Amino acid sequence: MSARKRPAPQPNPETQAFWDGLGEGVLRIKTCGNCHEGHYYPRHICPHCGSADTRWLDTAGTGEIYSLSVMRRGEGAPFAVAYVTLDEGPSVLTNLVADDLDALAIGQRVRLAPQPGDADDIGDGPALPVFAAIGD
Amino acid sequence: MSLRNAACIAGAFEHPTRLAPDMTTPQLHAECAAGALADAGLSLTDVDGYFCATDAPGFGPISMIDYLGLTVRHTDSTEMGGCTYIQHVAHAAQAIAMGKCSVALITLAGRPRSEAVQRFRPGAPESAFEQWVGLTNHTSYGMCAARHMHEFGTTSEQLAWIKVAASHHAQHNPHAMLPKVVTVEEVVNSPMIADPLHRLDCCVTTDGGGALVVVSPEIAKTLNRPVISLLGAGEATKGPSGGLGLDLTVSAAAQSGPRAFAEAGVTPADIKYASIYDSFTITVLMQLEDLGFCAKGEGGKFVADGNLISGTGKLPFNTDGGGLCNNHPMFRGGITKVIEAVRQLRGEAAPAVQVPNCDLAVATGIGGSLGARHGAATIILERQS
Repeated sequence: MSARKRPAPQPNPETQAFWDGLGEGVLRIKTCGNCHEGHYYPRHICPHCGSADTRWLDTAGTGEIYSLSVMRRGEGAPFAVAYVTLDEGPSVLTNLVADDLDALAIGQRVRLAPQPGDADDIGDGPALPVFAAIGD
Repeated sequence: MSLRNAACIAGAFEHPTRLAPDMTTPQLHAECAAGALADAGLSLTDVDGYFCATDAPGFGPISMIDYLGLTVRHTDSTEMGGCTYIQHVAHAAQAIAMGKCSVALITLAGRPRSEAVQRFRPGAPESAFEQWVGLTNHTSYGMCAARHMHEFGTTSEQLAWIKVAASHHAQHNPHAMLPKVVTVEEVVNSPMIADPLHRLDCCVTTDGGGALVVVSPEIAKTLNRPVISLLGAGEATKGPSGGLGLDLTVSAAAQSGPRAFAEAGVTPADIKYASIYDSFTITVLMQLEDLGFCAKGEGGKFVADGNLISGTGKLPFNTDGGGLCNNHPMFRGGITKVIEAVRQLRGEAAPAVQVPNCDLAVATGIGGSLGARHGAATIILERQS
């Protein structure tokens, strides 16, 4: 089965610090100085209250699987698509890596396991915020 | 001010093709337009409002207006994915109520089996965080189904009943892509595509299209067709909204549905026939709950044992075979949902699936990605006596 081509994310002024963090093994989310809620994916303006007083927060990179679906067909299959709810609150759309994808389940604890991004026309993309089951 | 009885659907046409390698997409739009106008007893020169979505070829609605030879005073290219055309009926009624047009033409066409179709445009703010994940519709809707099963104990066999009911209807549709009746066992034993959704939990991919003609009540009375009035409409959008309070078991139809029923002044118990957007089996189950046909979490029990089959079940749905078995042109099932509702209200559905005395129907749909960000549109239609 051929590997799945993952389009390299394009960092921009709103998200550069997120991608920089992943290069250091840290998953950053944004939190709001006004409503004190976190959000993902990161924005300049808080989507919960509209405040521009948003700051970066280094998460612990741990959470639990909210839901998942293993794609069984097509390029790169099988691979697991999931929402992981971080211990800090927000949920993250991601891929799960595991020796046995069938052993993954809703509610299972997972941790950040960044993977190198795939190269594109410009060069190597940033690391990607993939998760793995704790213990794997 | 409300949309209740503000406009009527006078023309509806579903293109019979499901594979069109030797046609063009604009040509399909034109054939659908001609079909719906002929159905209404109107012509291109009567049209003074035009509606299409952003998948229509060219620059907004302008290219198609010129290609079709229309002269209009109102245009709308509102985009809500597959349910757009349900929403367009409501937006056409708004325009008609405000005097901005009196004969609105809505068209959809596409050839995803015959040509490469660009479905996603670059530059969305979420792209960098989601494209590499490989979030297809299959995994997106699969995550919704997985969570629904986790929270409520919904089973693959219950979801399969939705496909089984659609197949029972499709056998009576000579144009259906999949006219063969299937069993629960055949659905759950079909290849897994994206857990927990099997191949037979998925809708078909078809070339084709459809068109609708929405007119003022005054014009509807002059036409030699049953008068099908819009009673109410609702729309809504829903997304992960920053990732807090994620709930994949509830769709935006939980807002669009009650809005439509409130405007119409009727309840789900009054509905004789339901067109429910069926990109996947789980799409139907969640909308049934969200519209209030049953409580949240009870959808599995509601759809089981043939309860959606016309003639035997409590709520006849998608009597053309739906997107699951009949047609899902251009990955967009909204227009066929309205078309079959109009057929039922006119008494023009296939005789084996026609609901007796069908005078009140709902058409509801989801557009976009149910497991990520999506829209919903719901309309309530009534046949005037």
